[in-house]
Amino acid sequence: MYFTSFLENGKLTIALTGEIDHHCAKAYIQIISSKIEAYMPDVCVLDFHDVTFVDSSGIVVVINALRNMSQIEGKLLLSGISPQPMRVFRASGIDKLVEIREAVS
Amino acid sequence: MKFDNYMILDFPSRSSNEAFARSAVACFAAQMDPTLEELGDIRTAVSEAVTNCIVHAYPDQIGIITLRCRILKDNVLDIVIKDKGVGIPDVEQARRAAFTTGGAERSGMGFTIMESFMTSFDVTSAPGKGTSVHMRRKLQRRK
Repeated sequence: MYFTSFLENGKLTIALTGEIDHHCAKAYIQIISSKIEAYMPDVCVLDFHDVTFVDSSGIVVVINALRNMSQIEGKLLLSGISPQPMRVFRASGIDKLVEIREAVS
Repeated sequence: MKFDNYMILDFPSRSSNEAFARSAVACFAAQMDPTLEELGDIRTAVSEAVTNCIVHAYPDQIGIITLRCRILKDNVLDIVIKDKGVGIPDVEQARRAAFTTGGAERSGMGFTIMESFMTSFDVTSAPGKGTSVHMRRKLQRRK
């Protein structure tokens, strides 16, 4: 698994792709945390534009990224979230913990 | 004239089958002309139930998961996901939001999501014998 990311003025954007479920959540968690550890950004943006499905395993991915960022006193943002993942994030209440920008449809 | 339809699938509790199971149900439900939101809710609920079988029902072995879907009258999709795994000692506790025995990798939101995304939801379990999750989703008829 490989995700494109870029760093600009202390802001690290990681472009996630595919379907986030229990089968692959561990890989997402490891990749995101190693990128945060490598770049130590002030802000990390998880871009969900190309994520087509999320279940409760996706909540754990976001919570881990949130933990990684709070350890370095940085901020986490989620962007480009389409309706299905948004419903899962709302049902779990994670939209109250992290700033979320929905995809423009 | 629309006939009732059903399908039954047996597959091993390998995590690669999570995507297979939710896609299979989505393909079956397609004949009911669901909206994208309804389809997303159904795929999510199936993914949660199958993940529970893989993580909790068969923690140290590969077992069989049975998935049954039926189309009932009034455009209701009826789904049963069954395992012959370890069972749940306290179903009420397991259904509580954020409760999990799955450790840091699980959110404990699976049952909460199934419950809120489906029209009806029920769990029966016998320790040592297995668990059965029964859920229904009524689909809106599009004009």
